Amino acid sequence: MSHPAPSDDSMRPVHPALSSALPDRLFAWASRGAALFTLALFLGILVSLVLGAWPAVQRFGAGFLIHDNWDPVREDFGGWVMICGTLATSAIALMIAVPVSFGIALFLTELSPVWLKRPLGTAIELLAAVPSIVYGMWGLMVFGPVLARYAQQPLQSLVRGVPLLEPLLAGPPVGIGILPAGIILSIMIIPFIASVMRDVFEITPPLLKESAHGLGATTWEVVWRIVLPYTKTGVLGGIMLGLGRALGETMAVTFVVGNSNQLASLSLFAPANTITSVLANEFAEAAPGLHQASLIYLGLVLFLITFTVLIFSRLLLMRLRKNEGRSA
Amino acid sequence: MKTRMKWLIAAACLATATTMTLAARAEDVTGAGASFPAPLYTRWAADYHKATTNRINYQSVGSSAGLKQIEVGTVDFGASDAPLSDSALAEKGLIQFPTVVGGIVAIVNIQGIAPGRLKLDGKVLSDIYLGKITVWNDPAIAALNPDLALPNTPIAVVRRSDGSGTSFGFTNYLSKVSAEWKEKVGEGTAVNWPVGLGGKGNEGVAAFVAQLAGAIGYVEYAYAKRNSLSHTQLKNHAGRFVQPSEASFRAAAAGAQWTKSFFQILTDQPGDESWPITSATFILMRKTAEKPGQSAAALDFFAWAYQHGDAQAAELDYVSMPRAVKDIAMKSWQSIVDASGKPVRK
Repeated sequence: MSHPAPSDDSMRPVHPALSSALPDRLFAWASRGAALFTLALFLGILVSLVLGAWPAVQRFGAGFLIHDNWDPVREDFGGWVMICGTLATSAIALMIAVPVSFGIALFLTELSPVWLKRPLGTAIELLAAVPSIVYGMWGLMVFGPVLARYAQQPLQSLVRGVPLLEPLLAGPPVGIGILPAGIILSIMIIPFIASVMRDVFEITPPLLKESAHGLGATTWEVVWRIVLPYTKTGVLGGIMLGLGRALGETMAVTFVVGNSNQLASLSLFAPANTITSVLANEFAEAAPGLHQASLIYLGLVLFLITFTVLIFSRLLLMRLRKNEGRSA
Repeated sequence: MKTRMKWLIAAACLATATTMTLAARAEDVTGAGASFPAPLYTRWAADYHKATTNRINYQSVGSSAGLKQIEVGTVDFGASDAPLSDSALAEKGLIQFPTVVGGIVAIVNIQGIAPGRLKLDGKVLSDIYLGKITVWNDPAIAALNPDLALPNTPIAVVRRSDGSGTSFGFTNYLSKVSAEWKEKVGEGTAVNWPVGLGGKGNEGVAAFVAQLAGAIGYVEYAYAKRNSLSHTQLKNHAGRFVQPSEASFRAAAAGAQWTKSFFQILTDQPGDESWPITSATFILMRKTAEKPGQSAAALDFFAWAYQHGDAQAAELDYVSMPRAVKDIAMKSWQSIVDASGKPVRK
C-alpha cells in the first residue's frame, strides 16, 4: 500500500497542486525580477554617471571637490561652492524640520484631543503633496520679500558694525540665499519626517507607556525615556527620508538660493548654489564636452553624498543598538 | 483557464502598444531646440496644420540639445539661438537660416526714474556687470544722463541663472564692447558671473529686479513689454541712443551681411537706428537629407511661415526677418539635397 497504484487517486491531488505551484513560482520570479531590476537600475545609473563624468574626472581628479571656480567659458570647473551649498541648505533644513516634526508627532500622538488628530494629521500629510515648484514660486514671490522685510533688514541694521555677525547676515536685501533655501526645504520635509514619527510613536505598546505613567512619569518623561528609545530606528529612518529629499530637491531651491557660483562670503543671505540647482540650470544648454561632463560629475558627487549619508545612518543605528540597555 | 486569461491580457497589451507606436504618423515633421522661439514655432505649427493639415512637432529642449539631435539625425530640423560658424556647419554637414529676431533689453528698478529715460552704453553696462560701478550716481552713469537726478542707491546686479540664449546675446554684446569683459568673463549661454543674483528664466530675473530697489537685469524684449518693465536706452554702434522697439531690432537685422553668411550675431550692429543687443534665432538642417521627404516637408513649413507667419510673430512680440533676408534664406535651401544630389525642395 505504500505505492499509490490507482491512477484516480494520484491524479486528483496533483492537479490542484500543480496549478497553485505555477502561479506561486511565477510570483516568486516576478518579485525576484523586480528586486533585481532595481539593483540593475541602480548599477546602470552609477555606471552611466561614471562614464558621463569620466572626461571631467580625468581632467580635474578629486581636486574637483575642493576647487571653487565654475567657469563654463574657460572650461575650468570645480564643485566646492555647490557641494557646500547643498550640505549647508540641507543642514539648515534638518535643524528646523527635526524639532518641529518631533513637536508635531508628539502633539498628535500624546496631547491632541481626539477630534483634532485626524484633520491635523491629514493637513500635514497634504503639505507633502504640494508640488515643489509651488514652494519655489511661493518662496520667491511671497516668503523671500517677507523674510527680507521683517527679518533680514532689521537684523542687518541691528548687527551693523558687529564684527562676526555682520558678514554672517550680509547680502542683497531680497531674502534670497542659503538660509531662505534651507527654510523652504525644511517646510518641504516636515510632512515626511512628522508623519513617519507619528506612525512609529503610535506603535509604542500602550502597556509600556501606561506603566511609566503609573510610576509617576510626566508626559515628557514618557516620550523621552520610553517612546523615543523604543522607536529610534523609525525616527532616524524618517529623518533620513527627509534629508534625502532635502539633498535632492531641485526646483524649489533653484528659485530661492540665488544661483551664484561665487563663494564671496559666508553670509546666510548671500546668493549661493546647490548641486541640483546648477544641474537644473545649466544642463539643458551645456555643450557636450567638459561642461556636461563636469555637471555629470556633480551628479555623481550628489549620488555619493546620499550614499554616505545612508551608510552613516546605518552605522549610527548599529551603535545605538550596541549601547542598548547599558544606560539603564 | 486563469493563466490563459492572463496571457490573453498580456498579448492584448502588447498589441495595443505596437499599434500605438505605429500610429505615430510617419509623415510628421519633428524639430527640437531653442526655447526662446518655441511659443512662435508652436503657434506657426498650429496655423500651418489648419491651413494644410500637415503636422509639425516642435520640442523645446534647449539650443544645445537641438544641435545634438539634428547632428545625430533624430529630428528633421534643429533650432538654436546661437548661430554656428561656417566652419562648424561644414564640419557637421549642416546648414542654418534665421527665422525671427528678438531683442534683449536692460531693465532697472530705480525710484524716481521713468521707464525708458535712463541712458546706458556698453562700457557702463559691462562695468556694472563686472562689479566696478556699484552705485547709481557713479560719475560714468551721470555723464550719460546729465538731465536725470540719480540716487545714491547701490546697484544690485541680476542675471540669468539658467543657461540661455538670452545670456549668450547679452554676454556676446558685452564682450564686443568691453575688452575687459571679454578677457575676464567671455561669452556663452552660461558664464562665470563675477557679481550678482541669478534668477531662473526671464520671470526670475524680472521678479528680483521688481523686488530689489536699485536693481538692474536683462530680459527678452517680449517679456519686458508684456509685463511693462522699466527698460533703459542703450547707445548703439553708431553712437546714438536708441529705444528698444520692433523697428530698432529690424534695423539691426537689416544691417548684417546676410549675403555672405548666416553666421551673424546681431549685437553691436552698425546703423543709426539699430538696437545694440539684438539676436536672431536659427533653424539647423542637414545638408544631405537622410529622409528627403521629411526635409522637404520641413522646408515647406518654413516657406509658409516666411510668407504667412509675420502677423503671428508680431502678435507674440517677435520681429520677422526683413524680406531680403527671407529671400536669401529660401535660396540657400537649394543646397539641401537628397542622396543623389538633387535638391529636396523644388
